[in-house]
Formats: sequence, C-alpha cells, structure tokens
Amino acid sequence: MDIIVCIKQVPDTTEVKIDPVTNTLIRQGVPSIVNPFDKNALEAALQLKEQHGGKVTVLSMGPPQAKDALKECLAMGADEAVLMSDRAFGGADTLATSRTLAAGIRKLGHYDLLICGKQAIDGDTAQVGPEIAEALDIPQVTYAAKLEISGDSKVRIEREHEEGYEVVETTLPLMVTVVKSINEPRLPTVKGTMKANRKEIPMLTAADIDVDLDSIGLKGSPTQVHRIFTPKQRVQGQLIQADSPREAVAQLMNKLAEAKLI
Amino acid sequence: MQFQLSEEQKMVQKMVRDFATKEVAKGLAERDEHEVFSRELTNQMGELGLMGICFPEEYGGADGDVLSYILAIEELSKVDDGLGITLSASVSLCAWPIFAYGNDAQKKKYLLDLVEGTKLGAFGLTEPNAGTDAASQQTVAVLEGDHYVLNGSKIFITNAGEAETYIVFAMTDKSKGTKGISAFIVEKDTPGFTFGKKEHKLGINTSITMELIFQDVKVPKENMLGKEGDGFKIAMSTLDGGRIGVAAQALGIAQAALDHAVKYSKERTQFGKPIAVNQAIGFMLADMATKVDAARLLIYRAAWLKDQGQPYSKEAAMAKMYASDIAMEVTVDAVQIFGGYGYTREYPVERLMRNAKITQIYEGTNQVQRMVISGAVLK
Amino acid sequence: MAVIIKKEDCVGCGACVGVCPFGAISMENDVAVIGDGCTACGACLDDVCPANAIYREAEEKKVAMNKAEYHDVWVYLEQMDGQARSVGYELLGQGRRLADELKQKVAAVIIGDQVAELAVSAIASGADKVYLVEGPEYRHFTTDAYSIAFVDLVNTYKPTAILMGATNDGRDLAPRIAGRVGTGLCADCTDLGIDEKTGLVAWTRPAFGGNIMATIFCPEHRPQMGTVRPKVFKRPETDDARQGEVIRVSSKVRQEQIRTKFVEMLRVCGASCNLEEAEIIVSGGRGMGKPENFQLIEDLACTLNASVGASRAAVDAGWKPALHQVGQTGKTVGPKIYFACGISGAIQHLAGMSSSDIIIAVNKDPDAPIFKMADYGIVGDVMEVLPILNEEFKKVLQD
Repeated sequence: MDIIVCIKQVPDTTEVKIDPVTNTLIRQGVPSIVNPFDKNALEAALQLKEQHGGKVTVLSMGPPQAKDALKECLAMGADEAVLMSDRAFGGADTLATSRTLAAGIRKLGHYDLLICGKQAIDGDTAQVGPEIAEALDIPQVTYAAKLEISGDSKVRIEREHEEGYEVVETTLPLMVTVVKSINEPRLPTVKGTMKANRKEIPMLTAADIDVDLDSIGLKGSPTQVHRIFTPKQRVQGQLIQADSPREAVAQLMNKLAEAKLI
Repeated sequence: MQFQLSEEQKMVQKMVRDFATKEVAKGLAERDEHEVFSRELTNQMGELGLMGICFPEEYGGADGDVLSYILAIEELSKVDDGLGITLSASVSLCAWPIFAYGNDAQKKKYLLDLVEGTKLGAFGLTEPNAGTDAASQQTVAVLEGDHYVLNGSKIFITNAGEAETYIVFAMTDKSKGTKGISAFIVEKDTPGFTFGKKEHKLGINTSITMELIFQDVKVPKENMLGKEGDGFKIAMSTLDGGRIGVAAQALGIAQAALDHAVKYSKERTQFGKPIAVNQAIGFMLADMATKVDAARLLIYRAAWLKDQGQPYSKEAAMAKMYASDIAMEVTVDAVQIFGGYGYTREYPVERLMRNAKITQIYEGTNQVQRMVISGAVLK
Repeated sequence: MAVIIKKEDCVGCGACVGVCPFGAISMENDVAVIGDGCTACGACLDDVCPANAIYREAEEKKVAMNKAEYHDVWVYLEQMDGQARSVGYELLGQGRRLADELKQKVAAVIIGDQVAELAVSAIASGADKVYLVEGPEYRHFTTDAYSIAFVDLVNTYKPTAILMGATNDGRDLAPRIAGRVGTGLCADCTDLGIDEKTGLVAWTRPAFGGNIMATIFCPEHRPQMGTVRPKVFKRPETDDARQGEVIRVSSKVRQEQIRTKFVEMLRVCGASCNLEEAEIIVSGGRGMGKPENFQLIEDLACTLNASVGASRAAVDAGWKPALHQVGQTGKTVGPKIYFACGISGAIQHLAGMSSSDIIIAVNKDPDAPIFKMADYGIVGDVMEVLPILNEEFKKVLQD
C-alpha cells in the first residue's frame, strides 16, 4: 500500500507569547515543530505499512528549513520525503496550498491513500486536506479516530462527531484526516535519526510540477489577510480566598447572583 | 575551532529531549518519592537505541560519536538524572570496557545485548574498604581448572539487581598490588552471586544501588576481560570515560535547575514585580548560567577528545569535577531563588539539589579528580 | 500583494523581526529582509515599522469572475436526523444582519431526507428564501452527496456569501465546495461584518492558538465562504409570522457518485460530550487526582444539565475519553459558563475555552494561570469545593 502523508512545519504555538507592552506576537525563540496532528497521520501510515507493506512518503510545502520537519518524519520511519519549495508557492492560502500539494502528489505518481492531520495548529483551518482531495477528485473521510483497512482494500473508519463516532465504510483511493486520539505517534530511534540525517530530501519547485502559476501562491489565493491584531485579553476576575470551602462557595454564589447569572 | 553541534548531533539531542519530556517526565515525582527504578523506561531506551549511540553498527550500535552519547545523558538528566546515570553506568562502565578490552567471543555474547538494550550492565569495583584506594581490593578470584572462583563483595553498585551483566574486579594475585587485579564478566544468575540490601539514598532515587555478594562464584575462565592483571588498567580507563558521563549528568541537573529558576523568577511576583527584576536574583542567575556554560564546554571538549582518539583522562577529570561542583552550587542557588517553595517536594529544585551531591562523589570523588588533574599538571 | 521592505528606508531597528508570526523576517547587514516563510499576512504592516519601510505591494489580479452576478447571503442549516443544529439558526441571525447591510436577501440551504419542515423554522429565524434539496440519498451526511447538491445550488443561484457552522460535518463539506467552485474559505470564524469601504464580508478568526486574530477578505472570488464557530452568536428570536419562499431543487446526485457509506453512529457518550454546542461545561483536570473523582464533575454537570469536559492531562491519564478533551488538540468550545476544576490552565487548554462567556475556576494554587482568565476563581481543594458547589446550585435551581 502506497501512502502519502502531508505534513506541515509549524511554530509551536504553545510557546508563542504576546508582548504585554507592544501587544504583538513574540515569535523569537519559538521552536518549529512538525504539526502534532501530522505526526498522528504519519503514525497511522506507518502502522498500515507494517500491516500491508508498501511505502510511506511524506510531502510538505514550505521554506527550505521545512526539511528539518521532514527529517523528523524520516527518523520516525517514513521511507521517502519530498519538499515542495519555491518562492512561487509563498503566500498561499488553503486553496492555493492544496492545488500545489495536489500537483506534487500527481508528480509523485501512484498512491492508494493520502493521510493528513485534522488541521495545522498555526492556522487551525482543517481545509487543506479536503481541498487536496477535491483537487485530486478522490473521496475523503475527516476526523478519523480509527482507521482499518482490510486485505481487499475495504476501509472502515470511525470519525469523530459531535454525537460520538460515525462509522463510515469506503474504498481506496482515499484522503483521510486524523485526530489526536487515533494513535500515539512513535518516537524516532537513534538509528532512524542518523539514517534520516544522511538521507537526501528531493525538492520540487514550481517548474517541476504541472500547475498554472496563476492558481498557486499568493496570486492563486482567493482570500487575503486584511488585518492582524491581538485579541482582547481576558482580564483576571475576582479571586475568592476564604477560610473554608463552604464560605468560598457562598461568596461565589453571592457574586453570581449580583451579576444576575443565577 | 567549531562551537556548533553537527546536524546529526542536534537531531539526536532533540530526539532524546522529546523522549525525556514525553515519556520520562511522566510519573517522575512519584518514582522519586517511592524510589522506583523503571525497567520499562530502560527497555524503551534500548528500543530507541540510546544504549548503542556510540558503538559500531556491527555490534548493533548507531555508529554515532561520543558527543552524541553525552548529549543524550545530558538531555535525560535534565528531566531524570537517575535515568541518566543508569544509562551511563550500563554504557560507559559495562558495554564500553567489553567493547574496548573484550575478545570477539565476549563481544558477541555480551556486547550485542547491552548495545541493543535488551540487557542492562553494571560495574563492580568499590568495596566497603576499598573506595578511592582501589588497590586494597579484598574480593579475590582463584583459578580452579577452567574457571575462577570469586569471593568477596562490592558496594554502592549502580544498576545492581537489575543488570544482567556485571564487570567485576577481583584480586588474582595479592602480592602484585594494583597489578594483581583482574576484570571479569559475571552473569546475573551465576550460583553464589547474590545482592545485598537496596541502598536508601539522599537522591538519584530513580536509579537502583545495591551490594554485590560473591560466595564461591564460579566464573568461566573465558569471562576474564583482558589478561590476568589487566584489571586496574581497565578500571581506570573505564572510569575516565564514565567521568564524562557523570559530568553530563551533573550538567543536566544544573541546566534543569537554571531553567526552573529563570522561569520561576519571571513568574513569581513580590512587591508588585517579578523577583527576576531584582539585581540580587539577576546576578545569581548570571553566575549560574555562566557556570553551566563553562561546564558544558569542558564536557563537550572531553567527549570530543575521546572521539578524536586523543588522551582525555585529565580533561574528563576536569569536566567531571567542575560540572559536579557547579551542579551543587547552581542547585543550591535555585532552591534559594524558589525560597520556601523550593524546599518543598511540590517543586523540582529540591530533588535536583539532592541529586547533585552524588555527582561530586561517585566515579571518583572530586578530591580524586583533583589528584588526577594535579598529577597531569605536575608531570 | 506581497509584503515588501523598502531597503533604503529601513533603519535596522529590528522591530519587525519579532512581530512576524512565521519568523520570516531576519536582519542582514542591518537591514530587515523578508524570507521564504512570508505568507503576506500583514502582521508587520500595522504601525510596526517606525520608518514606514514596510508596505504591501499592489498587484494586478485577474478578474476571476463576474462578481455582479452574485447576490444574497446564504446560511447552511445543517441537520442531523431531521434536527437542525443550533449553529444554523445562530448564523441565520448573522446572515440577516449582513444581508441587511448589503441590502440583499438571506437564503437558508437545507439538504436532507424529509426535512421540509425545517424550512418553516428557517424562515421564522430570518430567512427570506429556503433552498431545499431532499431525497433518501441525503438521509445521512456524506461529503459526496452533500457537496454535489450544494455546488449545484451555488452554480445555479450564485450567492455572494455562504455561512456554515464550523461543525465536524460543516468543516468537512465547506472546503470541498470551496475547492470545487474555486473560491476562498475562511475557517472557524468568531466574528463577522461587512467592510464599509469595499462591501466585502470581513471574516475574523483566531490563529496561532488564539494568540492573534486575523480579519480576512475574499475580494475577487464569489461566493465568499466561511465556517463559523457554534455558540459565538445568539440564536435570533423567531417570528412565526414571517413569510418566505421555499425553492425546492431536485436532487442531481447519482448513487455511484457517493463514494463513502454511512454505517452507524456510535453514540458513546450521549449529550455529555457534545461540548461544541453546550451551554454549560464542567471540566476537570489533573487536580482531580484520580478517575473516580471525576464523579464530582459528572454530578455538578448533571445538576446544571451541562456537558463534561476534560483537560489534556486528564485525557492522557485515561480518566476521560478523548471526545471530552477541551483545548488545542481537542475541542474548541464557547459555552455561556465554563467551570474549570483542578485545571491549572496550560496554554493548550486556554486556547480551547477562552471564548467562553463566563469562566469559573477552582484550583488550590492561587498562582495557577487559569485564574488570570477566570471571571470568578475559588482558591481551594476541588474535592472539597465541588460537592458544596453542587449542593448550592441544586438549592438555587429548586427555588
């Protein structure tokens, strides 16, 4: 089974802080990581490969330094990694990004399954996976918490839903996005790490793929960021430190009543 | 002069850091409190290849360098230095002497499992009456036919009880002093080889320390490491390498204490401002940071020398002595910065302070390190 | 559209370097340089540069489509088993507001099997028109059937904007539609408006784990699309006297076009894990100590008819299933009242619940970050406080 996993290198948003004076994002010292959900996607792919054989290729679009993220995926056990990097790809919104990645996937050739993380933690859009599937005209199942593929390529997925888990059956080829609870991504081994470091990561540029340059990058992005601002910070409310828990609760109930919340 | 880690070293460092923060940190306070050695974690370290970083691929290793291995101990020790010393004891003190002095048969039989981490190793040199004075070994080995018979005991042995493979030193010829000491590879379940009580220690409670007891233990002749009388030489060269490991443990402790202190002093507010803005705290942090960096440079240099195949005995002693001394100082300062909270088990710095002390003692006390260094300086 | 630094004006102060959310600006020879990581997001534009050396380059865009053909604001009224989700009505209220500003009409889109009666409530909630697509093939949501039906409507009736709930199915469906139509889509919005100057829909959404907000336009493509988080907006008052037009559109989906098959819904936890649509959520964290203690959380939730949430620590420890997890890697919620019990308030958690109206926190550590967010905080042991809290709420509710 040939599986392509799309990954993104993202700033670790949990390390991002807001400068209280200038009210801007402090980006310095924030490490770049593999988007956490994409690691779940890779783990799912590696497990399927262990069951069915085949090849796992990780694909990413980003600046040259995104190679570090791809190396980490190789260290975890991916067979191949490909980076799509070109100034022409820059400034892309989700639609332009998905067109670029879809063109990259077509270039890679045969695949049975495409797996993505449910969303990237920097943008949190959850759109690129479905938009790739649309561009490739393959079916999709999003928010997979369980993914089983039988020998005859029958797919059974439990997808997260407001009401519980929706069980879906389908066939390959397919695009699946996965949630965190689907698995626990493995840690890379020392040997895997060293092998990954020594492995060549091929780079695809705009010239290497079959795509209309007007449909990708900034030019091909229908959406445009008009303004970025820091949200109103919540201010600390009232802290109740009473002698006894009963007293504390009583104070809370009074305050809630005063605020007409109860 | 190159002050930057290679791509490969950085990747190993990150990989171990992820393992330490994700897996090792889980339940650490409880393991420390209840003195629990986690075999699960050492097995996992084996699976991830941490036991084999600097051994050749033919023995199951990753063919990395010593510095990568030292980075691994440092990263582990930033979270749980008890596990750091467990790794160091198995790799530096057991696997390494077999790699350096063992014959092919011994390497095949013992090294492979140690490198792959399916077995754990330990090192038995210290005796109740032979600590720094290794020459007054009372454990004896007498050749009887095709095996040696060992009698005696070893104390304060890291990984004892858990380890499957032991490097044990014993007198084969008392008349020759240090030249009469020989080294043996002893398997855990050999008849007559038992363990004394588990030590309850001030710190490094996630590592295990016990006494080794030998009563008429028959060790096959082919398990002698090197030749008869090579023991002291093997012990000393092994300890040279082990010292870089202990130094890395101390560095990890010190770095962790510094990190905690920096974070806390920015968060803790007194008189309406973070305590970090007080120069009294800021200067303490400056001293701590400088010491940690100086220790790091000494350690990385010693590891680099070993990688280059150059003599490193003096440099390893310097690194171990300095790193452990400053680990003690930095952790004491960290507790001070945390104030009353720092003295409680709610915060990690008291554990770091307790753990730092041992690094000044084992693998040769810092007084012994000064003997080694002054010996080299005065040569 | 690219962001450019005018080299000769740059004073080399470095103010822009730290501002870039993507770390794409660096200093080279005392001049700021924009690297490959730039996404033209504009974070460095607003008053960041003291020398005004950073500007956005205007670029000729090919006119993508005839925008004048597109009119009306559409709202997707998502339903499940014939029940419309509340977010659909919430968005009808917003659709109404936007359409009024644009002096256009609001239409609801309803797709399902035997769901015609929902058209009545859509009109009562503000819709002028309802596009209704019915058929057994829409009994359960499938990406293929629903996207084919929706795209057909878009191509036929050409709306200027589409609002959809940022539900699991909404976020599954919207990008397929946007991709097929070739238009922009803005995910997970928390604020909507009409830009006075351009008349464009201004979609505002959090990014970077809620650390920044971005307002996004879709200037040249139609329809302008966005998904909007449930519970951000109030459900409008209904007016049963309102009149509207129901336009039935025949289904054009062929069975073989539906490539995934709904098998069943595993309702593993009933309503108590439907956090996205909950009015009240009671969440527990590491401070609960052990799984048995979560009963106290369940008890309070039961009293308040609330859903049960959990922090990542509690889920990782196996105390609660993943469906209950609130936070960056779990669910994003916005209830009226959020109780955080024994939750210290790691940034991952805060990212998932900071848009709650009222936050009430109980934690024994007075320095816990959760208190910096909470409207009301009790410093105390959750094990002692929760039973009393439950007792008091019971009393209040009885009265």
